[in-house]
Amino acid sequence: MAAATRAGTRRPAGIVPTGVLVLGAVYTLFPVSWVVVAATKSRAELFSTATFAPGTGLLSNLADLFAYRDGVFWLWLLNTVLYAGGGAVLATAVATVSGYALATYAFRGRGLIFNLLVGGILVPPVVLAIPQYLLFSEAGLAGTYWSVLLPQILSPYSVYLARIYARAAIPASLLEAGRLDGAGEWRLFRRVSLPMLTPAMVTIFLFQFVAIWNNFLLPFIMLGDDHRFPLTVGLYTLLAAGANQPSLYNLIITGTLLSLVPLVALFLTMQRHWRADLSGGAVKS
Amino acid sequence: MTTRPLTTRPVTTRTRKGAPRAGAVPYLFLAPAMVLFTLFMALPIGYTGYLSLRRTKVSGLGLGAGARTEVFAGLGNYAAAIGDGELWAGWLRVLGYGALVLALMLGLALVFALMLDAAHVRLARITRISIYLPYAVPGVAATLMWGFLYLPGLSPFGDHPFLGAGLVTFSMANVAVWGGTGFNMLVLYTNLRAVPREYYEAARIDGAGELAIALRIKIPILVPAIVLTTVFSVVATIQVFTEPTTLRPLTNTISSTWSPLMKVYRDAFVTGDLHSAAATSMVIAGISLVVSLGFLRIVKNHAFGED
Repeated sequence: MAAATRAGTRRPAGIVPTGVLVLGAVYTLFPVSWVVVAATKSRAELFSTATFAPGTGLLSNLADLFAYRDGVFWLWLLNTVLYAGGGAVLATAVATVSGYALATYAFRGRGLIFNLLVGGILVPPVVLAIPQYLLFSEAGLAGTYWSVLLPQILSPYSVYLARIYARAAIPASLLEAGRLDGAGEWRLFRRVSLPMLTPAMVTIFLFQFVAIWNNFLLPFIMLGDDHRFPLTVGLYTLLAAGANQPSLYNLIITGTLLSLVPLVALFLTMQRHWRADLSGGAVKS
Repeated sequence: MTTRPLTTRPVTTRTRKGAPRAGAVPYLFLAPAMVLFTLFMALPIGYTGYLSLRRTKVSGLGLGAGARTEVFAGLGNYAAAIGDGELWAGWLRVLGYGALVLALMLGLALVFALMLDAAHVRLARITRISIYLPYAVPGVAATLMWGFLYLPGLSPFGDHPFLGAGLVTFSMANVAVWGGTGFNMLVLYTNLRAVPREYYEAARIDGAGELAIALRIKIPILVPAIVLTTVFSVVATIQVFTEPTTLRPLTNTISSTWSPLMKVYRDAFVTGDLHSAAATSMVIAGISLVVSLGFLRIVKNHAFGED
């Protein structure tokens, strides 16, 4: 790299950086491409054919997977969409109103409330999970959809993002002008501020959606009945049941592939907005 | 938490003092968050603390109603958690695993970010998206894919004992590196893109090569972001659970208490000793908190002060 630009070479090819990045891409795409190929192999082919030789069993694998325990896999997929979609919508709404209030109003206790909410970033899920389970049990809600949905609605990190974004995007003078025109606070929020907060809301939604979609610990602890499992816990139980039975491997591999498809598709279509960034300045793009 | 707000910065010069006397309005806006915070964070934390200070007292043979009662245990559970050899072994395993993951993941993330930012790089967009892609892959799915790639009979890498006692830590670290490099790369890269290009022009005019620019300008600029990503990674590593739990069915080299968090799970839900599980999770939380707060002190003005 240094040598390439040292002398007067005007257009060095950038072989080193390009080569390093290509190697990185090969590393990340390797297991994904393997699972795509492996899902096409029948039981016999899985162990006998060359690693990247496509097989003939994709349709029967899919049929087996969807027939497994009366189609419980579909239910896992549906549950995941429900948890991640519902949770992310609610989390975005809560974070947006909270961040907006923290950014635009001066009121007693603002610093304390902000510190409390954002301090949640530092709280490890592990301290919460066990007592959350016990408290839900007390309330008779352990094992229900609510037990997985409710704890994931408040996202401290999202509140933090919403606040820095609102502070940067909404000029106080604009709100002032609205008030002089006689607009109420709720109307100001809905009509004036919300449109300006949309980019932040997209980021927060995506961030929460992925976080809930990928979460394993909370549903693993909360749920007992596999009809309420999300994909992550479902796949785990499939593996736990099938680890010693190579006959189930096709099912697990196909299930893994299908669990990737929705999120990877979402990722690829939305990747422009995908700035789940940790440093404030970058949120604005 | 510290008593100062995280974003201590005299930013309020912009007409903020003209903020209205809004009365109850901000509290109404914040009500949902505060209710959720109370129910799902404050209450569970308090309850964990309470549980960690209690123990079950068994009288007689432990049979019949009233034979098991809960009594105050002082710091007994904490003493037990700190003196527990199995837990120590777990901490040591996670320490070795974490050192591997951090060095490889953040090292690769830094290299990739610098390469993306280098002059005349080709295929930058497609490689960036590819390397970031695992962010969209659930930890369970990532572990399953690699788990099968490690399995003798299936592995395209030959029949090495990837899941044997000697290699399992490396194999597991590889899953975490695979899953986390892209995210960290993007954080570092975004920071680099915010640097005015003139800096580099000036350095080039002074005769600096690309390597010198990377080492002398870019890396120093990235230090706060590197500290930030390091701490988030350390905290995540301390609490590692999904990967070893998912890999367990494929090998007998991962015990049910491989990581401290797995031991918490086992104590709470398999052996049913909630009190020692609570104490252990408080210890894990304490360590996470010390690390996080330590980092906040270091980078407060850089990372969190930047509005």
